[in-house]
Amino acid sequence: MRETQPRIGVIVFPGSQDDRDAAWALGALGAEPVMVWHAEEELPMLDAVVLPGGFSYGDYLRCGAIARFSPAMRAVTEFAEAGGLVLGICNGFQILCEAGLLPGVLRPNRSLQFVCRDVALVVERADTPFTARCGAGQELLIPVKHGEGCYHLPPELPEEQIALRYAPGDNPNGSEGDVAGVVNSAGNVFGLMPHPEHAVDPLLGSGDGALILASLVDSARERLYARA
Amino acid sequence: MRAVVLVRPKTGILDPQGQAVETSLKHLGFAVDEARVGKVIDLELNAEDEAAARTEIERMCEQLLANPLIESYEIELAEAE
Repeated sequence: MRETQPRIGVIVFPGSQDDRDAAWALGALGAEPVMVWHAEEELPMLDAVVLPGGFSYGDYLRCGAIARFSPAMRAVTEFAEAGGLVLGICNGFQILCEAGLLPGVLRPNRSLQFVCRDVALVVERADTPFTARCGAGQELLIPVKHGEGCYHLPPELPEEQIALRYAPGDNPNGSEGDVAGVVNSAGNVFGLMPHPEHAVDPLLGSGDGALILASLVDSARERLYARA
Repeated sequence: MRAVVLVRPKTGILDPQGQAVETSLKHLGFAVDEARVGKVIDLELNAEDEAAARTEIERMCEQLLANPLIESYEIELAEAE
């Protein structure tokens, strides 16, 4: 029988807290989640990597600033530079920005308050490996929970790299341009502040996050077939 | 050698902490026009001379201590007592 379960690594940093949720959601959507400890210098055979939410290394100095130098992140950087699919959620997005794999940086919320609630999002780009199951302009309801999610938008960032925005009037953190998620110029690295892994079952309030994670699983499966 | 690194939000970068401090100071009756909040990092290091120390600390700032997209830094050097 042909192997159909793509292997998606979930990097576990000291202070990660959504790693199990991400692994559960990926498993529910047909992938084989593989937990990878931050001290690992090499990644196992993987079709995609997820950097989960949490407070890696206590978020000391700046969110993601210390995690970016962990041995696993060196391996993830090589993986991304070779075209591998990398998704960063919340703290994972902050780490990708600090590591320079994504443009911009995430700063303390404009309100200075921790925000934990569902937000409405608009899909700007439905042609990425992470959003292919969505329609362009589709509205998604996915929760956020962060204190530092105010995206500083580099002025030179091309419009087409903004994949996800907060719906008009629903920006929870003061992000410039209402940016909720950005993709790199090559299109294989994506980071977003909302937590799709917390919205994969209508019983939990919304199933919209599954559209993003299932897009990743689809794309990872294509990579799996390519290497098989 | 001892060094102090001052890390500040760059001009034009929104600083909600600074705004909160400014508002509080105004509530207390102080006449302030603006407050910005940064970080102080005290370092103790071995270096041959001031120039070498400065070069080394600049590398630390570029790689880790500051995010050049949003923060500027200043280095002050002092001989250890």
